[in-house]
Amino acid sequence: MNTMRITFLGLVCSVLMVPASFAGTLDTVKSQGFFNCGVSQGVPGFSNPDENGNWSGIDVDVCRAVSAAIFGDPDKVKYVPLTAKERFTALQAGEIDVLSRNTTWTLSRDAQIGLEFAGVNFYDGQGFMVRKDSGITSAMELDGASVCTNLGTTTELNMADFFRANGMAYEPVVFEKADEVVNAYDEGRCDTYTTDKSGLAAQRTKLADPNAHVVLPETISKEPLGPVVREGDGDWADIVRWSLNAMIEAEEFGLSQSNAKTECALTSNPVVARLCGKEGATGAGLNLGESWSYDIVTMVGNYGDVYEKHVGENTPVGLARAGSPNASYKNGGVLYAPPAR
Amino acid sequence: METDKSKIGSFIFNRSVQGAFYQLITLGLVALGIYYIVTNTARNMMERGLASGFHFLGVESQFDIGMTLIEYSPTSTYFDSFIVGLLNTLLVAGIGILFATIIGFTVGIMRLSSNWLIAKIAEAYVEILRNIPLLLQIFFWYFAVLRALPKPKQSLELYDSFFLNNRGLFIPDTVFGEGSSIIFYLLCLTIIISIGIFIWAKRRQNRTGERFPAFYVSAALILSTFIISLAATGFPVSFEYPELKGFNFKGGVKLIPELVALTFALAMYTASFIAEVVRGGIMAVSKGQTEAAKSVGLKQNLILRLIIIPQALRVIVPPLTNQYLNLTKNSSLAAAIAYPDLVLVFAGTALMQTGQAIEIIGMVMGVYLFLSLFTSLIMNLFNRTMKVDGER
Repeated sequence: MNTMRITFLGLVCSVLMVPASFAGTLDTVKSQGFFNCGVSQGVPGFSNPDENGNWSGIDVDVCRAVSAAIFGDPDKVKYVPLTAKERFTALQAGEIDVLSRNTTWTLSRDAQIGLEFAGVNFYDGQGFMVRKDSGITSAMELDGASVCTNLGTTTELNMADFFRANGMAYEPVVFEKADEVVNAYDEGRCDTYTTDKSGLAAQRTKLADPNAHVVLPETISKEPLGPVVREGDGDWADIVRWSLNAMIEAEEFGLSQSNAKTECALTSNPVVARLCGKEGATGAGLNLGESWSYDIVTMVGNYGDVYEKHVGENTPVGLARAGSPNASYKNGGVLYAPPAR
Repeated sequence: METDKSKIGSFIFNRSVQGAFYQLITLGLVALGIYYIVTNTARNMMERGLASGFHFLGVESQFDIGMTLIEYSPTSTYFDSFIVGLLNTLLVAGIGILFATIIGFTVGIMRLSSNWLIAKIAEAYVEILRNIPLLLQIFFWYFAVLRALPKPKQSLELYDSFFLNNRGLFIPDTVFGEGSSIIFYLLCLTIIISIGIFIWAKRRQNRTGERFPAFYVSAALILSTFIISLAATGFPVSFEYPELKGFNFKGGVKLIPELVALTFALAMYTASFIAEVVRGGIMAVSKGQTEAAKSVGLKQNLILRLIIIPQALRVIVPPLTNQYLNLTKNSSLAAAIAYPDLVLVFAGTALMQTGQAIEIIGMVMGVYLFLSLFTSLIMNLFNRTMKVDGER
């Protein structure tokens, strides 16, 4: 790097400054007694505050699981709502320790911008929502449409790819905040609203008349969504990665929030015994207590518990799990966790 | 006899030497601070595996932009997206400044009216608009505009050529055919002649005191030349009309509602401040000036044009510059309502896709700094021409 450029960089970035040497994230988190988790500004089912300001959703439960693993208490988390545009800067600058905000894992994000993806907690794909009365039944009929979407997402690139690949014209209308996208679409500024299909299902509940809208069948991209941490702190990344894996493996071996207490007392299965913290010393490697995975399952639940509670068929979001990639690999999905041993 | 020692002493205790010494130390500390920030940032970025440098500007952007003044597609580079954003910012700032000035001057003069109703309307305008946060006003106009307008298929239309719906305002585009360049040259020529007429008329008035209707004469000249040349070349200018095709209108010129709402909000808001600046400027001209002008027998509009405004402008221009700068900088709120300005396109989408926050924010800051300094420069030059001879 030449000196001119470094000077320039330095002048511009003093806002982003953090001390050059910093203690491991885990030590800092343990000593301050909580950690900061970056979430959305409100996506029902994923991360959404209720009227008392309590956050819930499957993305929130990743942070709760990490908190349970570290502190034996799922609520030692401070939630920081972020726009899609702010999220990576907030993580890079150390404002948050975990980003759990339906973030798509891509090569450029992993390799270029100092992020490390800690797994996938929801397999998604981008889709389109239109008004029922428009009579559109396929995304291939969208030539010339005005398309509302969010700034700073993979969505922007996917739709450009999709319309280009199919030789169709479109008008992008890009907003910074998700609520403004929904509002503008509801007001009729756009013919269609595009984002991840889970996001469409979630945001649809915010529309004036959710039943007047329909999500088109096409899925135009792969969107593996998962928690993200800063690059360069492998120990911290391991904790987040294995907190998520423990939830998935607990489900695979039938350990759930409701039966964990009795199962753990009775079990003769060594995998379950390890998840219960009775065998194997899995916690030591992660610098956590041995009950870390047991705490996750009893305090937060396994993957299936969390899925059904927040986005399953009996919730307003209503995303069927059976037949989707989010089903366990044993049921034809792609959800598969490496063994926690 | 003086010793060397006392020479050194007088050097150390010299006031200006001491002053220079402290300034050097301060400068050194500042340089050290900058050096620390720079090296620390570079090291942090390296440690975190953040990409750096400006190579990304030459890479295909892979995203599209809703409104572009130049040719742009997802295969264009990030640098092109920078230019698109920059031009969109300049467009909204330029139109905003024009309308803010017109509305501001009108309201400012209205507030000084002796008509009670007119003065109160202007006062209400100023007090309401300048006391509501701009972002809220932008949202208000945007969603108010959107809600009020019909869908494309129920567009409001005028003569089958102007269409208004919630996708924007569609107007016919002018297409210049063969031979239309002659009309342009003739138009330029008549404008130059008109300027000549103005200069001549002014000189003649200075010499003889007789007034010449330069405005009407040159307006007639330009219009008649334009119409005659159009007719003579067989009307080579045609119009491309917008047509409803599929989801929306195609062809013609399209003004997106985001542009309309943003320009409107910026102009209305800034105008309320300009109105106060104008009022202050006019009130700063002493009453004696008006009375003196009346006593020489000048008419009311001439008093305003020849006596009041030239003097008021000297007071008005510096704070007016501030308002222009504010408007340009406030245009960055565009991101809130999806107007693709520099902040939304380049410091938004491009930043997110490349992750090169420092480079991109640096460029965007540089642009706003340049725009502001450039506006200041123009206004300072204008201010200089307004000065009374001999005034410092």
